[in-house]
Amino acid sequence: MSDLIKEHIYKILEQVSDPEIPVLTILDMGIVRDVITDNQNNIEVIITPTYSGCPAMDAIAFDIKMKLIENGYTDVKVTYTLQPAWTTDWMSEEGKNKLKAYGIAPPQNISSRINKLLFSQEEDIECPQCHSTNTKLLSEFGSTACKALYQCNDCKEPFDYFKCH
Amino acid sequence: MLIPNPQSPIPNPPIPNPQSLIKATLSLADSTLILGQRNGEWCAHGPILEQDIAITNITLDLIGQARNFYQYAATLINQSENKNETEDSLAYLRTEREFKNHLICELPNGDWAQTILRQFFFSSFQLMVFEQLEKGVDEQLAAIATKSIKEINYHIKWSSEWVIRLGDGTAESHNRMNNAIDALWNYTGEFFIPADYEMIDVASLKVNWLEKIKTVFEEATLSVPENTFMQTGGKNGIHTEHLGYILAEMQSLQRTYPGAEW
Repeated sequence: MSDLIKEHIYKILEQVSDPEIPVLTILDMGIVRDVITDNQNNIEVIITPTYSGCPAMDAIAFDIKMKLIENGYTDVKVTYTLQPAWTTDWMSEEGKNKLKAYGIAPPQNISSRINKLLFSQEEDIECPQCHSTNTKLLSEFGSTACKALYQCNDCKEPFDYFKCH
Repeated sequence: MLIPNPQSPIPNPPIPNPQSLIKATLSLADSTLILGQRNGEWCAHGPILEQDIAITNITLDLIGQARNFYQYAATLINQSENKNETEDSLAYLRTEREFKNHLICELPNGDWAQTILRQFFFSSFQLMVFEQLEKGVDEQLAAIATKSIKEINYHIKWSSEWVIRLGDGTAESHNRMNNAIDALWNYTGEFFIPADYEMIDVASLKVNWLEKIKTVFEEATLSVPENTFMQTGGKNGIHTEHLGYILAEMQSLQRTYPGAEW
């Protein structure tokens, strides 16, 4: 019984998106760590932050509650865990494809390969507009904590890159 | 013949006493919060848009780290003292003498050179501390450290590049970096002077920290000052005059309208 409920909860969570990147669901992002249910329909959803200061977390917790309440689950608790820490490796392949289609270059490397060399940039970041890999880093920090700002040297379009983390 | 006995007990690492753990956690929280609050003053005043966004993104990371530490400190305090502290009460309702941040975090921003040099000093130190916390006995501090280290790596890269860009830039920017070193250097010694509650051996981090600073300074054509007098006190609640003003501004809303929510 509780497995069925859990499955249903995950279906509902597919409708909760990241408020800053609305094309991604929280499941695409890989921030849902567990769903705990009991026979009384008490639901606990455990999520993990992407960045320590990600301001979207409170909004996401609120959206999870609202979505579950809409679907008849009234006793909902959202809790946070820091372990295991979220990295860009937790993002699903489907999520990365959605990001690209949305105009944000998806994280390129596995998270452990962050290039710490000074004045370096990630290699071969593909422009989401014209698909050229002839691109340059404008700033390591972009419109949100999780993104860097790049520009395409061919089509000249600036774009966000979801940086490895 | 001495054969090592594989059954011989390995001594457990010391478990910190609850009061020390609370103070150490608050100290970690206070430094990140106060530096975050200072850096936040640059919001909409950065030298160019991209760097305005960079320093405020770093601020966001610092305040996020502070929240994680305060939440944990509140849990520890409530467990041991039957109180009802929250991350907000710890940030907004403690007084100056209760804050345990490093003095360097509360100093005014000065110019861009001073701001980025402080970030470079602090982030380089923070990384070393967090690498120790990650290996430490306290699981929650280790988890916060693991989460934060990925952010700090970006802060170090960004601030190192700026130190080099300005130090090895024009005569004006080089001069400003030297002024920044003069203003900040004697606040760096406090990093390595242990407070009685600290759980990691901060004194042992000094050699590697200095090495890191020297490597970047060399590329920036800057020099590390010779032995100078070092200011201390912040970690034990003895602050410069600047902290009171920061708290007065930061805490005014919660003190005027207690319990106000966003």
